Amino acid sequence: MRTTRLTLAAAALAASTALASAQDGGQLNIYNWGNYTSPEMIEKFEQETGIDVTVTDYDSNDTALTRIRAGGHGFDIVVPSNNYVPIWVEAGLLQELDPAEIPNMENIAERWRDVPWDPNRTHTVPWQWGTTGVIVNTSVYDGDINTSAIFLDPPDELKGKINVIPEMTDVMNLAVNYVGGEACTNDRDILRQARDKLVEAKQHWIALDYGTVDAYAAGDIAAGVYWNGASMRARLANEDLAYGYPKEGYPVWMDSAGILTDAQNTENAKKFLNFVLEPENAAMISDFARYANGVEGSDAFMPEDMKTAPEIVVPAEHEEAAYFSVTCPAEVQQLYTQIWTELLR
Amino acid sequence: MSAVELAPHGADTTKPKARRGDIAWRWWLVMPALIVLLLAASGPLLIVLVYSFLEPGNFGGVVWNFSTDGWFQVFFTRDIFDETLVTPATAHLDIFWRSIKLALYTTLITAILGFPTAWFIATRAPDVRPIWLFLVTIPFWTNLVIRTFAIMEVIRNEGLVNNVLRGVGIVSAPIQMLFTDFAILLGMAYVFLPLMVLPLYASMEKLDFKLLEAGYDLYASRLRVLWHIVLPLVKPGFIAGSILVFIPAIGAYVTPRILGGGRNLMLGNLIELQFGQGRNWPLGSALALTLLVIVVIALLFYIRSTSQPEGQRHG
Repeated sequence: MRTTRLTLAAAALAASTALASAQDGGQLNIYNWGNYTSPEMIEKFEQETGIDVTVTDYDSNDTALTRIRAGGHGFDIVVPSNNYVPIWVEAGLLQELDPAEIPNMENIAERWRDVPWDPNRTHTVPWQWGTTGVIVNTSVYDGDINTSAIFLDPPDELKGKINVIPEMTDVMNLAVNYVGGEACTNDRDILRQARDKLVEAKQHWIALDYGTVDAYAAGDIAAGVYWNGASMRARLANEDLAYGYPKEGYPVWMDSAGILTDAQNTENAKKFLNFVLEPENAAMISDFARYANGVEGSDAFMPEDMKTAPEIVVPAEHEEAAYFSVTCPAEVQQLYTQIWTELLR
Repeated sequence: MSAVELAPHGADTTKPKARRGDIAWRWWLVMPALIVLLLAASGPLLIVLVYSFLEPGNFGGVVWNFSTDGWFQVFFTRDIFDETLVTPATAHLDIFWRSIKLALYTTLITAILGFPTAWFIATRAPDVRPIWLFLVTIPFWTNLVIRTFAIMEVIRNEGLVNNVLRGVGIVSAPIQMLFTDFAILLGMAYVFLPLMVLPLYASMEKLDFKLLEAGYDLYASRLRVLWHIVLPLVKPGFIAGSILVFIPAIGAYVTPRILGGGRNLMLGNLIELQFGQGRNWPLGSALALTLLVIVVIALLFYIRSTSQPEGQRHG
């Protein structure tokens, strides 16, 4: 008898808390790249839905993957890069999405619908996308900047003033493209040329560093391998800076949001994905982190300086050299690591 | 016979032998620490050891098949262009050596800078010493990365030092300090200095200054007093300080990466690379254990070489 009463009480308690959380919208825990989630957009979402949102940062795809795999994380949404999405899906870490439940998936721009890393968008929706190219201070060097020669065969003016982001796969792929190969190639001859080119070029680099918007703006560094959005931020601080799209080939990446299989707040997560696919809200994300989103119609809401930014809107003549970055096979990754270690020995 | 040597021996021999119950009780006292050590140190270490003998997973992680490839790759490289060609992994050797060198230099610099600092504090009046010690520990209040970025702001081309130098007219173009070996050593010395000063101070505080006076009375020069009296007496402080500095310094990678510009890998970076972008956890584990072995060997060697001469001198 006693047990029954207790159970009943517990059930009543559970029901009342469930009711309470339904009233205030409950929780949503987002796990995303640092400095990447627009606070205004989150505030708007909270106001509209009454859901209490917590955002936690990570600094690399590997960090996020390791933490989620370890379990007990309590997150609902994660935003991996395109080359990592297949890993997440294959490991069964992401829920399958039902377009009927997320009607705004219709707003996904044509180009980003049926993408190689997530065919038919079964598991993720676009968050932001960008390119990896080169940045050059045109007051130091005013030649052609749409080439990887900027950091692999640098002109004399730039020697000793070049920074390269320490992203092994991106830099290796740019070098492989430069010597005429395809990203993630296994062709030993191409790899040898890429290695020789890198080893030779390294003497002209001053650093392999990440956070250098200020350094570019201040003139500490005159050129380097960089991301388009960061380059735009640097240009806004110093108008001599320009972003180049290497004609030998350059990677396009997209971070996509998905719902974790063991999410506690799946319904809220779906509401959120639907929310960020609303053009106006997608534009808020872009406005914050300065990258393009993949949502049709968001242009109308984009800030004026991004609509025309040459870093964000890829000029037609440079579209051809673009390709989606992919996850290299383990065997290639090991060769890349070996060359990279050799380069930075 | 030094005062330092007296203490442990005296404590052991003058007391009556501890009863069995006492000893058992002491074991209970040490239990919590032992359990924490077992769980937090030995457990993970064991996992690292096991992982180093497995195959790498396609996307990080490991596949549960026995393999010695991880260990093989620490020491040997299969030529990328001719798989039958196996050469010693000189790239890894270079990186190991760079980290060891950096740790040695850091230890040396902090010892040279730390000695006068500790001496200064130990010779203040007893009531103001805590204030000086307190000042030494202030850097610990801030996160390492933030402190490192602060140094970066000071020494960069458009930073404080260069602006002052140019303002005063000493130099016309900025001196490139950031992203050099100088920057790395500066950062390392700054970060690790307190770890040298504190043990040095601890051993100096116990120093019997009457021994110094005795030395002067016997017409010893200041240098002789320093060399024959002070240094042997504060040696335990040097040993403790060197160990505290050397071990974390050999694995340091935040400071070298930020201030050195990342053009060359440190051991820590190399290991991180295998667990991150390289997706080769077994190699990363094997490298981490190799680092551990180096540290242990260095420690044993150091302790042996520093404890022997003292025994001889007094024996």
